[in-house]
Amino acid sequence: MNSINAVTKPKTNMMNAITQKLGPLLGLIILIIIVSILNPSFLEPLNILNLLRQVAINALIAFGMTFVILTGGIDLSVGAILALSSALTAGMMVSGIDPILAILIGCILGGLMGMVNGLFITKGKMAPFIATLATMTIFRGLTLVYTGGNPITGLGDNYLFQLFGRGYFLGIPVPAVTMILTFVVLFIILHKTPFGRKTYAIGGNEKAALISGIKVPKVKVMIYSLSGMLAALAGAILTSRLNSAQPTAGTSYELDAIAAVVLGGTSLSGGKGRIFGTLIGALIIGTLNNGLNLLGVSSFYQMVVKGIVILIAVLLDRKK
Amino acid sequence: MRITMENIYKAFGANQVLTGVDFELLDGEVHALMGENGAGKSTMMNVLTGLHARDKGIITIDGKETYFKNPKEAEQCGITFIHQELNIWPDMTVLENLFIGKELKNSFGLLKIAEMKALAKKQFDRLAVSIPLDKEAGNCSVGEQQMIEIAKALMTEAKVIIMDEPTAALTEREISKLFDVISSLKKAGVSIVYISHRMEEIFAICDRITVMRDGKTVDTKAIPETNFDEVVRKMVGRELTDRFPNRNPNLGEIVLQVKGLTKKGQFEDVNFSVRAGEIVGVSGLMGAGRTEIMRAIFGLGGFDHGEIWLKGKKVTIKTPDQAVKAGIGFITEDRKDEGLILDFSIRDNMVLPTLYSFAPKGIINEKSETDFVTMLIKRLTVKTESPDIAVGKLSGGNQQKVVIAKWVGIGPKLLILDEPTRGVDVGAKREIYDLMNELTDRGVAIIMVSSELPEVLGMSDRILVVHEGKINGELSKEAATQEKIMTLATGGQ
Repeated sequence: MNSINAVTKPKTNMMNAITQKLGPLLGLIILIIIVSILNPSFLEPLNILNLLRQVAINALIAFGMTFVILTGGIDLSVGAILALSSALTAGMMVSGIDPILAILIGCILGGLMGMVNGLFITKGKMAPFIATLATMTIFRGLTLVYTGGNPITGLGDNYLFQLFGRGYFLGIPVPAVTMILTFVVLFIILHKTPFGRKTYAIGGNEKAALISGIKVPKVKVMIYSLSGMLAALAGAILTSRLNSAQPTAGTSYELDAIAAVVLGGTSLSGGKGRIFGTLIGALIIGTLNNGLNLLGVSSFYQMVVKGIVILIAVLLDRKK
Repeated sequence: MRITMENIYKAFGANQVLTGVDFELLDGEVHALMGENGAGKSTMMNVLTGLHARDKGIITIDGKETYFKNPKEAEQCGITFIHQELNIWPDMTVLENLFIGKELKNSFGLLKIAEMKALAKKQFDRLAVSIPLDKEAGNCSVGEQQMIEIAKALMTEAKVIIMDEPTAALTEREISKLFDVISSLKKAGVSIVYISHRMEEIFAICDRITVMRDGKTVDTKAIPETNFDEVVRKMVGRELTDRFPNRNPNLGEIVLQVKGLTKKGQFEDVNFSVRAGEIVGVSGLMGAGRTEIMRAIFGLGGFDHGEIWLKGKKVTIKTPDQAVKAGIGFITEDRKDEGLILDFSIRDNMVLPTLYSFAPKGIINEKSETDFVTMLIKRLTVKTESPDIAVGKLSGGNQQKVVIAKWVGIGPKLLILDEPTRGVDVGAKREIYDLMNELTDRGVAIIMVSSELPEVLGMSDRILVVHEGKINGELSKEAATQEKIMTLATGGQ
């Protein structure tokens, strides 16, 4: 067997690397071409900007999910964290705290909720799926308790707060700007810092990572905290867009985020994947939603189409 | 069963693995197959059993040309291949493992458990092993798992059993049991192909030996007509002066001192020290607690009481990262599971313990990282075209060098090597020994845990023998012999 393993084919390796890197991007381009042929108004600048704004929330959550999935974990609680942190943020605003400060505190609270996940997973040695399934239910329940099941409104007319979800910066929607800035920072962390390398190493082989002196529990707790914090940031954007906090906000957002990560080529077993892929994956989902709306496909069928696209993408990925 | 393979060729893509191999297996003989990693031993056997189709060549079985389409066909014909990586389902019982895919069923499709148990018991009696049939296979020792595989092979009425490195993970006692089984199989007319790196074993139990090198058969000889040196020479294709390098240790201060280390049920009152520049060999039967003691020192698994002193200072090591920070490197016995991330490149593996040193300002400096990795690859003579190749694609010896390079990179004070040459071919073994010498010359203290007595005797300056969790004795290099070590390892004095 050793002799087979000794075979190295740099050329095919490079080809594989290229298709792996560009596969999702290629898929996005093909999708855009199809949608714009079927309905040319898709390419109108206003629609594209609108699409970017819609994508931002899912993309931010999916960025955090990428780190989690790279370690071989999963975070099902992000949608619930989004809802609970939004409600708390809105509550603070209603009680008169400065909106931007409220958003900041909201993000920190989201990070703490993620930290709870991380602690159960590392100290409690629970499977991430189970731990975050439980906290998802708890956070969702707490949101309903806190809001009494009603939306929180009356958030005032703070200009910066309104800008956060609805405004433009240099003609680009602010949520899209937030998404791109976050992407750049996370890209650097993942690909250029020891923290990023450790993230990959844990997913690649947790035991080997531990024995190499990596503080595996600490890194994991930080990653789940990051995931929670990004969910809260997405929540703040949503709250600004809706000008209210909805008790059922973010329901099943975790699934869209996981879909974006998987469409972007990241392996659910950990160790392999890229955050750029996740950005593309989120754009694919956004383009699908937007395109199907433009084409007048009913939202019932939209779900079916989205599911089929995910299946096809993963099948193509397996073939490589 | 008589098998001949003539002029077999096999290529994987552009890589020609077998280039005209000849091999002959006679009825009831134990035939050793030796060669460095990558020489084509496993591939040849995989061609025989139908896992790979040959490109060219003739295979006959009892004089008739026969080509199997897959290993199952070969098995039905009586040829079983017991791979180095055992086919054990760890969560299933021994009985379930024995009958996996071949369960006995009654006409309702229900399992005939009593019958299977009786059959299993018969095979185990024949092998003189007593493993409870309802034990989970994952809780069995590697030796027991090996016996399960052999029993499985016997139940298919195997006439030829191919064993790939069967003793790699066995204790001396289990090995001698395996040898008894092999000789009784031989008497029953079963032929055995015995792939191994361990010369002593081959000369103890085999009738003939075939040496392979670079995809060719170099020679086949009857065991009495050859010797160690000739076999090694043929394997490596060059003169290997000695299996072990000369050691002229220059001992320095005490680096590690362990005082009264105890963990209930695993080890008790362990005291020893290691000096700078010294290699301390740790011997003992498998399961005696050698590995557990080393893991405890490295912050894995913990201990109940006792003290660890490094360079005269008491240290607290509760996790591996503290051990690494204190300057301890640990090469574990399980390279694939704990030493390496197989899918990752050589570079990514080598820098794992030293990541921060390349990122003084937070961002990894890839240039200095590349220089560092290139330097390590050169110093440890890792054979590779590029540092970006996945370590999983390297041979066993080269993989081990990558693990060692990881720790050389931290500039260690103490290196713990657990079975440093397991699954490593003769040439690479010597390179690893040379490297240990070089490290001790530079003042590194080394603890070497090993089940290979020649290695312990050849490389250690001092030998500790562990028996049932206690250090049962210490031998100086001059005083140590295989017999003395075995006496101490089995509880004698």
